Order: sequence, then C-alpha cells, then structure tokens
Amino acid sequence: MLKYLLKRMLEMIPTLFGITLISFFIIHLAPGKPTDALSEMNPKMTPEARERLEKLYNLDKPIIVQYGMWLKRIVKLDFGESFSMDRRPVMQKIWDTKQPLLDRRLFITFMLNLIAMIIILMIAIPIGISSATHQNTLYDKITTTTVFLGFAMPSFWLALLLMMFFGVYLDWLPISGLKSMKYASLPLWGKMLDLGRHLVLPLFVIAFGGLAGDSRYMRSSMLEVIRQDYVTVARAKGLPERTVIYRHAFRNALLPLITLVGLSVPGLIGGSVIFENIFSIPGMGQLFFNGVMTRDYSLIMAILTIGAFLTLIGNLLADIGYMLADPRIRTER
Amino acid sequence: MSVSETAVDLQAATDQPAYGDAVIEGVIGEPSNLIPMLASDSASHNVSGLIFSGLVKYDTDLSVIGDLAESWDISKDGLVITFHLRKGVTWTDGAEFTAEDVMFGYKTIIDEKTPSAYKEDFLQVKKAEVLDKRTFRVTYDKPFAPALTSWTSLVILPKHLLEGKDITKSDLVRNPVGLGHYKLSKWVSGQELVLESNKDYFEGRPYIDRYIYKVIPDPATMFLVLKTGEVDTMGLTPIQYTKQTDNAFFKNNFRKYRYPAFSYTHLAFNQKHPWFSDKRVRQAMSYAIDKNEIVDVVLFGLGSPATGPYVPNTWPYNPNVKKYDYNPEKAKELLKEAGWEDRDGDGILDKDGKPFSFTILTNAGNNLRKNTATIIQSRLEKIGVKVEIRTVEWSTFVNQFIDKKRFEAVLLGWSIGLDADQYDIWHSSKTKEKELNFISFSNPEVDQLLEKGRRTFNLDERKKAYFRIQEILADEVPYIFLYVPDATPIVHARIKGIKPTAIGISYNLPKWYVPKPLQRHTMVP
Repeated sequence: MLKYLLKRMLEMIPTLFGITLISFFIIHLAPGKPTDALSEMNPKMTPEARERLEKLYNLDKPIIVQYGMWLKRIVKLDFGESFSMDRRPVMQKIWDTKQPLLDRRLFITFMLNLIAMIIILMIAIPIGISSATHQNTLYDKITTTTVFLGFAMPSFWLALLLMMFFGVYLDWLPISGLKSMKYASLPLWGKMLDLGRHLVLPLFVIAFGGLAGDSRYMRSSMLEVIRQDYVTVARAKGLPERTVIYRHAFRNALLPLITLVGLSVPGLIGGSVIFENIFSIPGMGQLFFNGVMTRDYSLIMAILTIGAFLTLIGNLLADIGYMLADPRIRTER
Repeated sequence: MSVSETAVDLQAATDQPAYGDAVIEGVIGEPSNLIPMLASDSASHNVSGLIFSGLVKYDTDLSVIGDLAESWDISKDGLVITFHLRKGVTWTDGAEFTAEDVMFGYKTIIDEKTPSAYKEDFLQVKKAEVLDKRTFRVTYDKPFAPALTSWTSLVILPKHLLEGKDITKSDLVRNPVGLGHYKLSKWVSGQELVLESNKDYFEGRPYIDRYIYKVIPDPATMFLVLKTGEVDTMGLTPIQYTKQTDNAFFKNNFRKYRYPAFSYTHLAFNQKHPWFSDKRVRQAMSYAIDKNEIVDVVLFGLGSPATGPYVPNTWPYNPNVKKYDYNPEKAKELLKEAGWEDRDGDGILDKDGKPFSFTILTNAGNNLRKNTATIIQSRLEKIGVKVEIRTVEWSTFVNQFIDKKRFEAVLLGWSIGLDADQYDIWHSSKTKEKELNFISFSNPEVDQLLEKGRRTFNLDERKKAYFRIQEILADEVPYIFLYVPDATPIVHARIKGIKPTAIGISYNLPKWYVPKPLQRHTMVP
C-alpha cells in the first residue's frame, strides 16, 4: 500500500509539469498582454512607454524563456508577482497572511464549497437511495423532477430571485458579501450568526444546483447493486429490507460516488465564478475571473497550478477511498 | 438593516451640517493600486482622488484653480511655470509637505523603472527646480498647454517615506499616506475599502466621518443591495434611472442626479477602406443615422446627440458645426453621386458589381453599444446598405482588429480628459500600430491646429484652434459622433450638501453632511 502510494505520488510530478507547460502556452496564445489594461486606449500611453513596460515584465522574451523563468521560481514554490498594478505576490492575493483566515480567498472558496459539498452529499445520498428503492413510484418522479429543476435552472437567475424575495421583499437575509457593517463590533456568537445569515442564500444556490448529479449517481448505482445476486441472497435469508439496503448494498453502491467526490475537489476552487460574482463573495472564482480578463499571467498560472495539484490529490484520495471501501482492489494491487 | 426613513422624517430633520455618519458607495471593481501614478483603472483613481491632492485642480466651470499650490506664475513665453505652495499642510502621518515632495514625485514618474502610463506629459519638462521649501519651478522646451493641468493629484508623493525605495513594491501601494480629505483605514480585498476623514485636512475636516467602498461585482445585485439600504450611492443604468427607480420608495429615500459624462460614443470609419475613403459616403452615413433616436431608445433620453469630440457646454465645444439631421433621401443622393446605386434590384446598393455591405465591429459585453449598432443597422438597411454586427472580447478586439486595422467601421467610445488636447487621437503621426489614430485619419490643417492648440496657454487662441478642428471633423466625418451619455448617480436622501455641476457631484465631497437626527452609521470602536 505504501509503495503504491509513493509510486502514485511520483507519477504526479511529470503530469503536473505537463499541465503547467500546456497551460502556460495556451494562456500566452490568447490575444492581449497584461500590460494592455494599463495601456490600451489610453491617450497618455505612447508605444515607447508600452515597450518599457513589456521589458519591465520580461514580456519581450520568447515564451519558452519566460516559461523557464517561471519554472525556476516555481520549484522554490514562488508563484511570482501579479502583473496587475498592485504587483503583490500572487500567493498573497490567494492566501493573504496579513488578513484573518476568514478574509483569505482560498479559504473562503474552499470552505464554502466544502460545506456545500457536505450538504449536497447529506441530501443526495438519501434521495438517491430512496429513489432507487422506490423506483418508478410517484416519490421517485417528484424527487427526480426537483433535482433536475435545480440542475437546469440558471444559478444567477435563481440567485437573483431569492435575493429579491428574501433580501429585498421580506428583508430577512443579507444578499451580498460575507459580513455586515457591524461585524467587527459583534460578540463571537453574533459574528457566527452574521456569517451564517450571509451564507444561507449562496449555499442554497450551490447545493440546489449540485444535487442532481450526486443523487442520480447514487440512484443508478444503487439500482445496479440491488439487482445483484448477493442482495437477492440476503433477502432470501429473510433479512429485513432496511438491513439489506443499508448494511449490504449501501457500501458497494457508494463506490462510484467516492470517485465522483474525489474528482470534484478541484471544482472546489474553480467553479465559483458565477455565484461569487452575484453574491459579491471575495473568493478564488472572482480572483480568477479578474485575472483572466486582465491577462494577469502569474495569477492565472498560480491558480491553474494549484487547481491541477488539487485535481491530482483528489484523484489520489478517491483511489485511496476506493481501496478502503473495496478490499478486492487492495489485494489486487 | 432596512431603510426606515420616510419623506417626513427626512424633511423634519434640521438641515444643520454635522460631523459623523458614513457614506457607502457600491463599486463594481476594486482598486488595484492607490498610488495615482501607478494606477490606470478608474476605481483606483476614484479612491486615490480622496486620499491625495494635487498642485492644481479643476473648478466647477473647468477652469484651473489652486489646490496645494496657492498660486502660480507662467512666464510670458509660456515655458516656465512657478508654483507657490500652501503653508502648513501636513501628510496624514504628520510630516510637513514641501516642494521636495513635488520634486520627488516628478523624479519618480519620469524614472524609467516606474511603470506609469502618465509619464509622457512629464517627459516634456526640460528642467525642474526646488527654489525653496514652498516654491517649485518647471521649465519646458516648447510651450505645452496641458502642462498646468498635468500637475494634479497624479504626481505628488511623500519623499520622507519613499526615498530610495522601489515604489512599486512599497507598502504605500495598499496603505497610502496622502494629503487629501480622507485616509485609508481598512482594505479587505474583494470586500471593502474604508476611508476615514482626515481631521487635519487643510481645507477643514470633512463632515462625513467615513467613506466606504463596497465591492459588488454584479450590477443587478448592486441595485438590490441599494434597495436594502446597505449601499448609499451607486451609478444607475439608463433603465434603472428612468424605470426602476421611478416609484415612491426611491422618491422618498433617494435623490437622483444627472449631468453629461466626460465621454462620447462614435462610429469610426477606417479611412484606408476604399469605400469609406470617399467623404460623400461618410456624410451619407451621417444623414442616414438618427442620433436622437439612438439617445431616446438606447439611453432612454439620458444623453445628448454629439457633434464633435467635446462635451456640450464646456469651453472647447463648438456648437456651430455642420449638423446632419436625419435625412435618408439626402443620404441616398450622396451615395448615388459616389456611384452607389441598386442596379440589380435586390434592394442593396452596388458599385462595380459589389453590394454595399460592411461590418460594424464593437466590443462584447457592452449592451449600450450593441443596441446602438442594431439601430444603425436598421437605419442603414432603409437606404440600401447591408450591415453586419460583430462583437469581440475586449483584448482580442484591440489586439487583433483595432491594432491591425482589420475593420471597416467600429463602434467605440472615448473618455475625454478635462483638458482639450486630443493630439494622440487625431494627429496624422499617430497612426502606427497600437497608436490611437487607428482609423488613419490625416488632415494637414488639423495636424497644424493640434500643434497650435497645445503650444499656447492663451485660452482664446486654443479655443479658436479647437473650434476649427471641430468644423473640419464635422465636414470630413472620420467618425460619426453619436452621443454624449449622462452620468446618473443616485445618493441616499439623508446625505445633504450635494450641488451638481458640470464636473459632477463629488468635487465637494468634504462639504457633504448628514444632519444629526438622520445619521445612521455610528463609529465602530
């Protein structure tokens, strides 16, 4: 097992290298440069001034040289400086150690998605199982329709509707940001309550949109399992239906879902652009979007690299989870 | 928090200026850098404008008045400007402000290592001297009219904090020390910037204690947040201004303002394109487009038709240039003169066997422009010209099409500075790749007038030059000047002391106040 893990981790290095290489070149293929935001359509900007800037940022060098320079820094875990005018280290933008944990972008996005994922699993698994055991009944149809409604509904639209109803009309919930103006003066429990109130709508929107995938996965995998011989045997032994489903079938039906959860780890930082914009949540999605729009190469590369790394780790975790859940895989390897 | 004031409450309050309260402004983008010379985005300039001051500033009628400079002398030949600085002004850290700070700022902006988009104005300076603590003198090679106004808040930096340091890596980028009426007290990325009033501001302590920028990237969300009362002021879109705020709630709780923005939208023709190199064709297009219709439909009437590259009612604006009232018949006549006729009967004009069809290119993500293009398309169709509309993402738009001059006509806008000089946009020497005269406009008389306009400080002479330029542009039609949009901010009604002028509402921010009974945000300890 240890040997296998070590091997897997070593394999990750060339993969990561390949991903960064391809990303680097693709980003540079996109028209425009980081200096554009500063210079485009600016009557005060002469071509000479533009050249000076490009030289300052090493943008006049061939891409392969630029990649080499990037790589040299990255092995020292230095993601470089942002190309935007504040020129802050990229890592500081993602994980600003001067701010409290709650104001750091990576933390915000990661926690938000993690909580959403837990909520999704807690709802999707029971829905999936009960839909499978009540296949083709009215209940199955209603749940199917509901989860697909969440899947099909554009999240920005749903978000605006909820904001309008709960925020403006009823005035129950705040609709933007993570904290209210008076946050700093609140006691600890007040702070938690404030934060919680701000999270209700965003979490609902993410969770509602994400239910369909996991619950349908759970349903089909459960359906497959309960048709298998060993389940029939368990039933024939006269075990109660609950025991058959939850003790015997459940564990096997969960296997595909483990892979799915592992694969959704990178989504924990990538897939947040839309709702972070709508709810004014200062997370990675917002940062990445701005980075792409301004061609902030070092910021984009940092986020992509972290994303790639998390994907690989997610894969690894999924495999480990798989091994733990299924002894057959352990012995085969 | 809800909006609880009613019209009665708001009126009952005594309109006595009082210190206290906070104004919260909703902004879409966050500033990048609070040192003005290093910033290029409007968000950064708005915030740093409250934190820094310049030697001079614009008065409400666009004339130049002193800010940190009490007075100045310009030599007869226009080459030397001597600034006399105010006494007793201090940086927000307590250090005294002197002419050395101006010198330091000047040296920094012209330094090759300073990535500033604004250094060109300062590279024109031949010599800069500190005569004494309160006198600063600059000498130019040639008289340079925009020189005086270049000494606004862009260039002055605290020497005692920055000397010998790499300005771009300085802590001041995110934690500035300035001379303005507000100072930064907190900045949480992506969330908010909190400015606190500078109690020692040289023109007196501002009434509003805190000015807070709340970052809300989505405009639809921002409008909802305004309704909940968590934001006091924001810029409205035309539809929000005319329709969505036209109800009792907004009338009771908010005040709307409206004044021409310093920008205009235009349709620019590639002068190198064989069809558009004919003046008659460009004039015909002008007759075929109804500017009033565009203002009414696209801007809901919140703007005015443009006749040239200046904003109406400012000194360089020439009201008496050739105007092209909507006249499709006249357009057809002109096109016929230029050889365009529907010979094959398909409803589209043709010449040498080619149908008159072209593409209007514009950047994606700007609905006002897209709607404008659609109206132009339908109007030109009526005179037998077929128009395609293509929208392209901004960076691609600039790099692949504008810079490479790969377009027939583009729909774009310019923000215009408060100085009248537009050398870079219209001079024939500015037509190379990446330069701003991307339509390749060339007219020797305009070249000469542009030179003249920036070489004299005499306002009458400058005015003459810019008036003539507008006449030529109106006749030549390199651009069809479409409209000047209105800026349409909304501000909560409890905030008093706002006096709208040609340069907007925020020029007298230190004088805004909230009467004591209406104050809403108490100071957080």
